[in-house]
Amino acid sequence: MSAPSNHPYSIQALRLKANDVRMDIIRMLLPAKSGHSAGPLGMADVFTALYFHSLRHDPKNPKWGERDRVLLSNGHICPVLYAALGEAGYFGKEKLSTFRKFGSPLQGHPHLGSLPGIETSSGPLGQGLSQACGMALAARMDDKKRVFWCLMSDGEHEEGQVWEAILLAAKYRLGSVIAVMDRNFIQIDGRTEDIMPLEPFADKFRAFNWRVVEIDGNDMESVVKTLDEARAHALAHPHSPPLMIIAKTVPGKGVSFMENKYQWHGKPPNAEEAQAALAELEKQRADILAQKD
Amino acid sequence: MPSISSHVNPAMHLAPGLFGEGLPKAATREGWGKALVEIGQSNPGLVVLSADVSGSVHTHLFEKAFPERFVQCGVAEQNMASVAAGLALGGKTVFFSAYGVFSPGRNWDQIRVNIAYNDLNVKFSGAHAGITVGPDGATHQAMEDIAIMRVLPNVCVLCPSDSIEANKAAKAAAARPGPVYIRLSREKSPVYTTADTPFEIGKMDVLREGKDVAIVATGLCVHEALQAAKKLSDEGIEAAVLNGHTIKPLDKKTLVEFARSCGCVVTAEEHQITGGLGGAVAETLGEECPVPLVRVGMPDQFGQSGEGWALMAHYGMDAAGILKAAKQAIGKKA
Repeated sequence: MSAPSNHPYSIQALRLKANDVRMDIIRMLLPAKSGHSAGPLGMADVFTALYFHSLRHDPKNPKWGERDRVLLSNGHICPVLYAALGEAGYFGKEKLSTFRKFGSPLQGHPHLGSLPGIETSSGPLGQGLSQACGMALAARMDDKKRVFWCLMSDGEHEEGQVWEAILLAAKYRLGSVIAVMDRNFIQIDGRTEDIMPLEPFADKFRAFNWRVVEIDGNDMESVVKTLDEARAHALAHPHSPPLMIIAKTVPGKGVSFMENKYQWHGKPPNAEEAQAALAELEKQRADILAQKD
Repeated sequence: MPSISSHVNPAMHLAPGLFGEGLPKAATREGWGKALVEIGQSNPGLVVLSADVSGSVHTHLFEKAFPERFVQCGVAEQNMASVAAGLALGGKTVFFSAYGVFSPGRNWDQIRVNIAYNDLNVKFSGAHAGITVGPDGATHQAMEDIAIMRVLPNVCVLCPSDSIEANKAAKAAAARPGPVYIRLSREKSPVYTTADTPFEIGKMDVLREGKDVAIVATGLCVHEALQAAKKLSDEGIEAAVLNGHTIKPLDKKTLVEFARSCGCVVTAEEHQITGGLGGAVAETLGEECPVPLVRVGMPDQFGQSGEGWALMAHYGMDAAGILKAAKQAIGKKA
């Protein structure tokens, strides 16, 4: 089977899609009455770039053997994953409103088998990269060329297991693994550098024999370019140092009163806040449409 | 004394000279290690992981035979469990092993979420489990592993009683879909079963018939229970001995049948008396057939350094301790 062609989305169209994803996130979180707002909004551009541009995948055939694998290690930002999967057509978008509800396939944290497009269950932090490494090793043993994306948070690097996986990925030169870190500088209790200093982050990965790229994770053009290059490299050099993309994002991006506020890490908007958020996103939509691509 | 052997179940094909000094000895980890190589020969999808203890847990045999299917994770049990999950998600049947205190002790969360919740084909052993690891002391004596694995949905829990049974347990685990935990010992112990002894996951084996008390044992305590039954028989007490190699799913049918016919039950394991085989048996009997029960095991304490079998005797987990418990159980019968 040949690869489904990537949708011919322009940068402007991707920005509009990211705007859709952000509105989906707000609309999911409101009825859920619990869940995380800041992280999902901040990562909407990266997920949109993945699912509408860079990934090799087929939403109508989610188990397609040759697909890129996407593991969401920081499972708590699943609203952005669910929104992207819904927008991409993995399931009917009407399901998004069932997020966190009894009987819903959209579990509070992702569950393998409940929803098409989920590659593993996640929630407890620090476990995704190890699984991406295992998948990459399996593909190598079977002589299959695959790409393994591991979406991670910055705060999750406070878990020791992440560094165990970083060591192993470097040892086995798992060049087919692409880690994308949401560097938004917040976690539940406060700013990451107050809770547990992580800088100099990029130097740490280099010291562990990884390649590192730092980008603005809310600049669609830069995101798309970086993801495409990373994917091409992963396919061409599966036996090379793995790559960490440090995507600096604004937590809560797109909703002014949520932006850069760690207090929005783990809470949903109420009805009034959701209305205000959607109004802001509507305005941004108009601004994007007004721009010349 | 013909009466003794006449009670041993011939269908179990136990080793001749069951109680003799001449019985060969081997550790259960040896049977496991050999099994991995044998499974690897017929199953090209088998992958084995180690956390720096491949020599101790006998996965080095697989590493030598199939280096391309062996992953050395270093001293990182949490990563190993999640890497195993990733390999299984990639279509592999995965075995991994480390000392029980570290795996499943340290990586319980990874086993819970990545392996059990995902219901993956990962089989993992906790080696050097129980008090018989001896001189290493309490930090290295896994006395809680059965309990912490038994509570996880989807996880099957096995505790083979000798090297031959460990070999069969590993093969049965490979053939069974989903996660399986296998508890192993470092200490050499009598190889009292044979190639012909049946082994089926979820089936309690009736090694010896008896009407006065049912002794349900697991791991190295099974042969101790047989010895206790022999001594009890000398005193005119006939004990049934059941090999509880599968703690989960527990063979409730056989357990209840013997609890009814004997009227009292003893459990024996080198594990905390809470949460392990004794806990599982108590739960079942409490709901389905309340009879007097005495649990042999570690009484909510940490162990200490010493020779393995001396510690077994000290904590009453050997034949003498099981014998005493059997008499207590019989004494509690109305």
